[in-house]
Amino acid sequence: MVRIGPSLFGIILVVVSAAALPGHGSLSGSDIAVVAFVALAGVVSWAVTRWRVDGDTLRVETGLIRRQSLQVPLSRAQAVDLVEPFLARILGLAEVRVRTGGASRGDARLCYLPYDEATRVRAALLAVAHGLHEAVPAPPEQRLAAVPNGRLIAAGCLTGAIPVSLAAVIALVVLGTTERSVLVTGGSGLFALFATMAATAWRRISTEWSFTVAEAPDGLQIRSGLLSLAAETVPRGRIQAVRMVEPLWFRPLGWCRLELHLAGGVKGGDRQQPARLRRALLPVGPLAEAQLLLDRVLPDRRAALTRPPRRAMLRAPLSYHFLQAGVGGYCAVAISGRVRRETLWVPLAKAQSIRAAQGPIQRSLGLASVHLDAAGRRTRATLRDRAAPEAVYLLEKLPGWCAKARGNRPGLSDA
Amino acid sequence: MSLCDANSKGCASIGKVATRRVEITDVEAAANWHRPSPKLRTMRRLEVGLVALVLALLGGALCGIEVGPAPAAGVVGGVVVLGLGGERFVNRRYASWGYLERDDDLLIRRGVLVKRLSVVPYGRMQFVDVTAGLVERLFAIATLRLHTAAAATDARLPGLAVAEAARLREQLTLLGEARAAGI
Repeated sequence: MVRIGPSLFGIILVVVSAAALPGHGSLSGSDIAVVAFVALAGVVSWAVTRWRVDGDTLRVETGLIRRQSLQVPLSRAQAVDLVEPFLARILGLAEVRVRTGGASRGDARLCYLPYDEATRVRAALLAVAHGLHEAVPAPPEQRLAAVPNGRLIAAGCLTGAIPVSLAAVIALVVLGTTERSVLVTGGSGLFALFATMAATAWRRISTEWSFTVAEAPDGLQIRSGLLSLAAETVPRGRIQAVRMVEPLWFRPLGWCRLELHLAGGVKGGDRQQPARLRRALLPVGPLAEAQLLLDRVLPDRRAALTRPPRRAMLRAPLSYHFLQAGVGGYCAVAISGRVRRETLWVPLAKAQSIRAAQGPIQRSLGLASVHLDAAGRRTRATLRDRAAPEAVYLLEKLPGWCAKARGNRPGLSDA
Repeated sequence: MSLCDANSKGCASIGKVATRRVEITDVEAAANWHRPSPKLRTMRRLEVGLVALVLALLGGALCGIEVGPAPAAGVVGGVVVLGLGGERFVNRRYASWGYLERDDDLLIRRGVLVKRLSVVPYGRMQFVDVTAGLVERLFAIATLRLHTAAAATDARLPGLAVAEAARLREQLTLLGEARAAGI
């Protein structure tokens, strides 16, 4: 099963993107040289890339001077995804990406196959990964949620930047009537503000456009994109924590946002989309829909939520309003925030370490915070400002509960 | 497993130690904790002493030349008082460090103003490293760090005697391999 990889479209793609590179109308000699060089490099890189499936190993060989050979044992692949960058999509091409557990460097990328072939290749790779014959079609998926684009746009406009910019406009108008010079400087500042706001909203909306979540045997299939389409498979074992955010503007509408904290391979995993957005499980949706998704991701998230003692109000005057935490048999839950209500679920089986901290104010109030760290950069459930005896009790019991939760999960691989 | 009964249990135990506030390090009896090598305290004291000496000499000399002997003596006295205060702080800081190898996890406690306690299950350790800087090498001590997949895990043990650091590293690596639980 030897196939010569990317089709001729790859060259056109490189030329088009290279032509877009200089960014201005007239092409100078150096520009043409750069375009020619990039195009040549693209052709060479395309011409020397080969990939094949050998037994259950995918080999990708590339590089003219420095030969690089990547071998991915498909049985260890975490997911096989289809990615369509904007330019490739125009030309009807797609990229098949075999994700491995580790850093994104370990991902095998089959850059640019015609779309139909890419879907076929994906199905074949998936089948091989599961030890089946390569002709077995990809397993069916069950659609769990889809976000209407109208709601996405509404949510994109409902940001905290709106009142800030409104205040800025009013201030400018008021000041501008008395003094003309303010209008010029302030106006340009405001323009810059609006430009950044629009850029942020655009980025969010374009990456989360036509967002769907489906459930496949391998894990959750998250698809989204306006210009570039990205499909990502999230194996359930890789979910370290789930976060629900309810900003002030969403709460009257009963909306929330769900995010997944994943282990490894997220940071810099895809340069086209920031890691923060990629982890959305539901960019915006009603609470009922969020509960439905949560049931799929964390089937047992029961925990007796309790508030910290009232004296904690002195330590956390603002966030005390929502401050709640609890530990159940399967996961720890922590609620915090004032303007943005944030709920974090960390499965006990995913806890990497348990920490407690007690500052001078907390000590004088008889409080302490307990953190449950999960894999990742800032993934942790913080049981904030609990009564000190309770914190000690938690520190005594949590290691045992976590170990028990790790042992009690038949059929779920830990990797 | 709910926190409500945790509170009542905690309160029952609070009655016995009512003379003292409950601190997070009460998880294990004070006698069980291992301390870092006393050389760490010597090193920290020397560091404080050296800084105080340099400051006292510089400040004293400058003040003596520019102003007069009386203010110079005052400056030197002030630096000495500061140095003594620093020495006390260093002592308390040294005393706050502690570690405890339990059956399934390692406990590390530290901190004077902000007390911290970390529990790292052996199975969660990705690797253990031992480093010794120039000054640490002079005192034959080393710093041991535990790394898990969580970046927030902050398990560091400074001032271990070199032999103890090596023993602990071997021990932790062995236990980590035996109980590896991945991510």
